[in-house]
Amino acid sequence: MQKITRDVLVEKAVSLLENGSVSCVLGWKKGEFDYDITPAVFESKEELVSDFIFDDFCGANFSKYLVQKTRKVEGKILVFLKPCDTYSFNQLLTEHRFDREKVYAVGIPCEGMVDIGKIKAITGDGISSIVCGDTIKVNTIYDESFDINAKDVLLERCINCKSKKHVAYDELIGEEGEVIESNRFDEVARLEAMTPDERFAFWQNELSKCIRCNACRDVCPACTCEKCVFNNPKSGVENKAPANEFEEKMFHIIRAFHVAGRCTDCGECSRVCPQNIPLHLLNRKFIKDIDSFYGEYQAGAEVGSRAPLVNYTTEDIEPCDVFERGND
Amino acid sequence: MLKCSIDALNGVFAKIAADATLYLPTDKDGSTVYAEWSEGVELSNALNTAKSPKDFFFPQVEDLMKFKVEGKSISVDDIRSESEDFVVFGVRACDVRSFDILDRVFLVEPYDSYYASRREHGVIISMACSKPAETCFCRTFGIDCTNPGGDIAVWKTEDSVYWNANTEKGEKLLSKLGLEECSDDAVNAQKEKTEKIMSKLPLAGLTTDGFGGGKTLDLFNRPEWKSLSESCLGCGTCTFVCPTCQCYDVKDFNTGNAIIRYRCWDSCMYSDFTKMAHGNNRNSQVERFRQRFMHKLVYYPENNEGIFGCVGCGRCLAKCPISMNIVKVMKTIGGNAE
Repeated sequence: MQKITRDVLVEKAVSLLENGSVSCVLGWKKGEFDYDITPAVFESKEELVSDFIFDDFCGANFSKYLVQKTRKVEGKILVFLKPCDTYSFNQLLTEHRFDREKVYAVGIPCEGMVDIGKIKAITGDGISSIVCGDTIKVNTIYDESFDINAKDVLLERCINCKSKKHVAYDELIGEEGEVIESNRFDEVARLEAMTPDERFAFWQNELSKCIRCNACRDVCPACTCEKCVFNNPKSGVENKAPANEFEEKMFHIIRAFHVAGRCTDCGECSRVCPQNIPLHLLNRKFIKDIDSFYGEYQAGAEVGSRAPLVNYTTEDIEPCDVFERGND
Repeated sequence: MLKCSIDALNGVFAKIAADATLYLPTDKDGSTVYAEWSEGVELSNALNTAKSPKDFFFPQVEDLMKFKVEGKSISVDDIRSESEDFVVFGVRACDVRSFDILDRVFLVEPYDSYYASRREHGVIISMACSKPAETCFCRTFGIDCTNPGGDIAVWKTEDSVYWNANTEKGEKLLSKLGLEECSDDAVNAQKEKTEKIMSKLPLAGLTTDGFGGGKTLDLFNRPEWKSLSESCLGCGTCTFVCPTCQCYDVKDFNTGNAIIRYRCWDSCMYSDFTKMAHGNNRNSQVERFRQRFMHKLVYYPENNEGIFGCVGCGRCLAKCPISMNIVKVMKTIGGNAE
């Protein structure tokens, strides 16, 4: 389904490596099967040619890796960024989380990435091969074949893609792209339409599945604290497991507050959740509220923008108005 | 060998549930989980649950004791929840093996009475696999998914469920269920079919060559650990979905008027894992990552007569956010390396 091929990216990476512009490449490495891609650092032409891959399973957003990698790597890092990844990239720069001079960003087009969970829900276990395309062809060890429309198995965040525009890059492969209309707030509106009791029951059910693996936090480009309070024995709120039902919810709600106004809606939290909790909906609720209280604001759309929540103006909504609204 | 028809299975569940709490894999919100059986709770057709069944014996959070200071005296109360009799139905062979692995940790000195009590009160009814996934590699560790252990083993075919007791505990339960005697022809036919599929699995050739006790010095300083762990997020997904990860932390919770001492799962992937007065003994993700795989593939077998600390269930293959897992490690630094 992707318009751009792996070979074009490998060629670009090899030429930048060989002319010394960059010292390594952050890219997707092929796995055991046809769908288990791992983010990896490539340091040679040989590695790139044999293991680099780009296809419909390359959902992973590399922006956050730059925080650590730019500190360790000598020279520049080549990073390939899909449009949604560029928003995280800018947001991290706004927060001074990595040195822009150490990165060479190549924007690449994205037609949407697919969700292996949704594919397996159709094919069952035993996948022996997957060939990507507008129609995804899956074969199993049980001698079954499936033709699946890629549009039917997109990652949640890609179904509601908010932008095909690259907001940060040193070089583009393909077009810059446009911000597009999306229905990403529909599900939030559905939750808002619930009664408080229904909404509580919804989140109670979802968050009770949480196993506190912290994958949502660890993958989140907005969560880049050097030491998270939940990992710090001295913080007083450190916990490795929810001690009770309240704490189960507290972790996610605190995290949503912490990234409010900084979350770009990249959707990595929900993509990696092993329990399939729709965590992005908490963040989207904040984004929707910020839009309606302060005017539309997209975190990461540009470097250095002052987010509404950290930019006081006399026109700001009064807390009492927000409180009133909560009583609806 | 005993049998019942698929249609009669709910009736059998009702009989089991009359004397003990029965848990089985069921489908909920698009995922497969263990849930308490009651009329209307359907057995899942999925190969396995998203989380392993280790929670039944080693729950994620468990209260150990309570301290309370009154005046000049301090009271210490044992507040463990009483174990009740329970039955877990539908445990796959890989997960049954995981209980043996946990036993070797918790049932040796210092003997863990919390874990032991649950083991005593629990009956395991395993279920043979007939449709393994591409992520399965139980055979690598000598596990036969067509012949699962547990107190009772069960084989499910299109129309019937076959039961066979493996232990005295299983015998006792089975005798109460009123099942009919039958030949084992259907079970043997299913086993043969599954065996053929097992040989066709993509990971069928994976071996433990190069791993095991005594390999610490060969593997510990391998340069490949760096690239293997390069993009590890340091989350605890692999450890928390793993049936054999058994590390825990003991912590105190201040309730305001007393202290509850509880234990909870810990993860060697976390930066504060085994943090001690002097600090942390593993300061980088490379070291933490290495620890997890060395534990399963070298240290555990070294201390447990060669038994590996992995059962090949494939959960980490399916759930790791960056798709890094034990198979990739074994294929990079072990005897499987190309």
